[in-house]
Amino acid sequence: MVRYIAPLVVVILLIGFLVIGLTRGDPRALPSPFIGKPAPQFELPTLKDPEVRIGSTNLEGKFSLINVWATWCAGCRQEHGFLLDLAAENNIPIYGINWRDTRPKALQWIAQLGDPYVASGYDETGRVGIDWGVYGAPESFLVSGDGIVLHKHLGPLSRETWEQDFLPLIEGGGASR
Amino acid sequence: MIPEIGQFAMILALSLAICQGVLPLLGAHRNDAAMMGIARTAATGQFLFVAVAFGCLTYAFVTDDFSVLYVANHSQLSLPTVYKVSAVWGAHEGSLLMWILILAAWTLAVARFSSGLPEAFAARVIGVLGLLSIGFLLFAILTSNPFDRLVPAAADGADLNPLLQDPGLAIHPPLLYIGYVGFSVAFAFAIAAMLSGDLDRRWAKWTRPWTTLAWLFLTLGIALGSWWAYYELGWGGWWFWDPVENASFMPWLIGTALIHSLAVTERRGLFKSWTLLLAITAFSLSLLGTFLVRSGIIVSVHAFATDPTRGFFILGFLAVVVLGALILYAWRAPSMDSEVGFGLLSRETFLLLNNVLLVVATALVLIGTLAPLVIELLDGSKISIGPPWFEVAFLVPTLPLVLLLGVGMHTAWRTQNAKSWLGVLRIPAIIALVIGFVVPLLFYGRSSLLLVVGCGAAFWIIATSVILPLRSIRREKGSTGITRSHLGMSIAHLGMGLFVLGVTVVSAFSIETDRAMQPGQTLEVGGYEFELRELRDVQGANYSAIEAVVEIRDDGEVVGELRPQKRQYLVQKNWMTEAGIDASWNKDLFVALGDQLGNGAWSVRIQYKPLIRFIWLGALVMALGGLISVSDRRYRLRASKAAEAAPAVAESA
Repeated sequence: MVRYIAPLVVVILLIGFLVIGLTRGDPRALPSPFIGKPAPQFELPTLKDPEVRIGSTNLEGKFSLINVWATWCAGCRQEHGFLLDLAAENNIPIYGINWRDTRPKALQWIAQLGDPYVASGYDETGRVGIDWGVYGAPESFLVSGDGIVLHKHLGPLSRETWEQDFLPLIEGGGASR
Repeated sequence: MIPEIGQFAMILALSLAICQGVLPLLGAHRNDAAMMGIARTAATGQFLFVAVAFGCLTYAFVTDDFSVLYVANHSQLSLPTVYKVSAVWGAHEGSLLMWILILAAWTLAVARFSSGLPEAFAARVIGVLGLLSIGFLLFAILTSNPFDRLVPAAADGADLNPLLQDPGLAIHPPLLYIGYVGFSVAFAFAIAAMLSGDLDRRWAKWTRPWTTLAWLFLTLGIALGSWWAYYELGWGGWWFWDPVENASFMPWLIGTALIHSLAVTERRGLFKSWTLLLAITAFSLSLLGTFLVRSGIIVSVHAFATDPTRGFFILGFLAVVVLGALILYAWRAPSMDSEVGFGLLSRETFLLLNNVLLVVATALVLIGTLAPLVIELLDGSKISIGPPWFEVAFLVPTLPLVLLLGVGMHTAWRTQNAKSWLGVLRIPAIIALVIGFVVPLLFYGRSSLLLVVGCGAAFWIIATSVILPLRSIRREKGSTGITRSHLGMSIAHLGMGLFVLGVTVVSAFSIETDRAMQPGQTLEVGGYEFELRELRDVQGANYSAIEAVVEIRDDGEVVGELRPQKRQYLVQKNWMTEAGIDASWNKDLFVALGDQLGNGAWSVRIQYKPLIRFIWLGALVMALGGLISVSDRRYRLRASKAAEAAPAVAESA
């Protein structure tokens, strides 16, 4: 008898999850458990030179944008142009986390498309991605000078989302922290 | 005026759908012929009114009626007329209306070709389809009305997403939907069987052609989507394990399992409850796919219109349909299974394995698609799943699947004599092994374990698939020859072999190069020289573009010229990549423009993709196999009186 009822139970569970998922609101504005909390500590070898390491200490004292990217990710290609523009404006340092990728491909990507990053950490195994609660690439985090995660954005960045979701935090809310 | 007619037609269609969904089911329950008789008439009427609504929306698009909100949002004056028509299904509201139209068309087809079915059974099937139609029509009318007016009307529209302005994507959604929605027929057959409590082999025979037909459209739809992604998204991949792609792939996998399980139920009367469950699952996954794509619950590259109310509606509908079906299943299925034995070495065993592996593969895809969501809800932490995970996980069930496929085809029902079996399979096994070792070395100059396994598996499937057709050609006289459904099976499997070969060779031997190039520079990739001759500006109907002229030479001899473009659409201002592809049967040469790098240089992506055409060719051949097997004479119900008696009795021993 169990085998005839099992599908029903599985589906009820699944639907339950989907209901919770929906009520959670806009998934792009996903409340990450890290928002408003200190950013997870990390240290990674840089993409360009495995001997050099970047980590949490590099982020101290100013707003920074942490961008999780990979060469296999479609959205990363889409947002790349905007990241280059943003880097050219020189208002905020952008740090990359090259996530679950291979070094040669990632280096080629940067050589080819341009490098908006102050530096990119090379997270081959996705370990740091797990600490940061990375859900998929691309993903971007706004971190304040005292190391607090102010905002997390899922999916490709654009001028519009930047002006809407990031700039106000940098200009207003971030300062009060 | 016309849009109001469209909306009114939608409401009339809903009224008819209610008649179609309620009365025949009630009639079948009470054995009331008059009420059952309403089924076909109501289905025909419903189709007509949905078609009128669809026609009105199309008319609004073609005549640039920007007083209709949906048209204003997704069309534009200078859009070529072809794309004005395809823009009808270019976004949520219109594609939902198309979904409804296709459901009505399938229902009409069932109504027309079901004269050989018992009256009560046909009434139940059409009734269940009517219930589904009610759900979708309510969804459209209550939450996603495509005929909503915009006051005051816009002077010009916001344009169709440039990604969708492409012939491939114009016909991709219809094909995909025909496949998705087609599984509703198998679903309705399953519900009807459970309602009547009567499931015999004739049921499987009736269900098979409809399932295969839906499956073949889904196959074509997925292949077309993959092809489109390859040439339009501009980076040369053909499958991204994107949630939206997975949403169409899961019903395909289960549909494939269902086709095989139906074969066992028809031939041997086995796996009855399992077949019912697969029929329910295939359609449920189609609904789940719709939900995932439209609710915005999962972030996707393809992200469609997202709106929580719509999400709730689909989820509610999904819950009613799936839970209703599964409650009925838990109640009725236990009494349906029959105890018939089969030998360990028999076709039944292999088809069982086929089903288990396909279900495991589906479960892995489902887990990969939903895991980020589910785990986050459980404990707030998140795991990360990307293509690397899928690529490894998916191989685990599918590798044994393709190896067993060749064996299963040549195994007899009930029990197989091991000796004669080895006799048949020896030759293809040798061919596969030899070619698996030799081909990569001979044609591409290197090999690896995965290549030997991949090529070996591909040729194993190809060799075992052609045995039956070849034999039937050789001994034309005297023997019974090959039936259409056997020929269809062999061809579909051959397509699978071609597909596996394509995937193996593409993933092992593709060359991808990204370089900065200035006009006049030459780059060598895969033995070919690519010279960037010039860059120039080009004007299209609704875009302006930068076009590169790239000459391809092989040993100094010019073999082709490609003109990849970087387009900027005038209204939405986004940049689109039009790759230049030099396609031939054994390789594609692919050139796409990246970004401008300053001092006249552009980033250029050049790729050499051997045998990539085999991936889509394989899918086409699979679909062709499905078509041939549907055309088998024994599925034609007209002569059903005689057929009903004969096979049912003949094998009952």
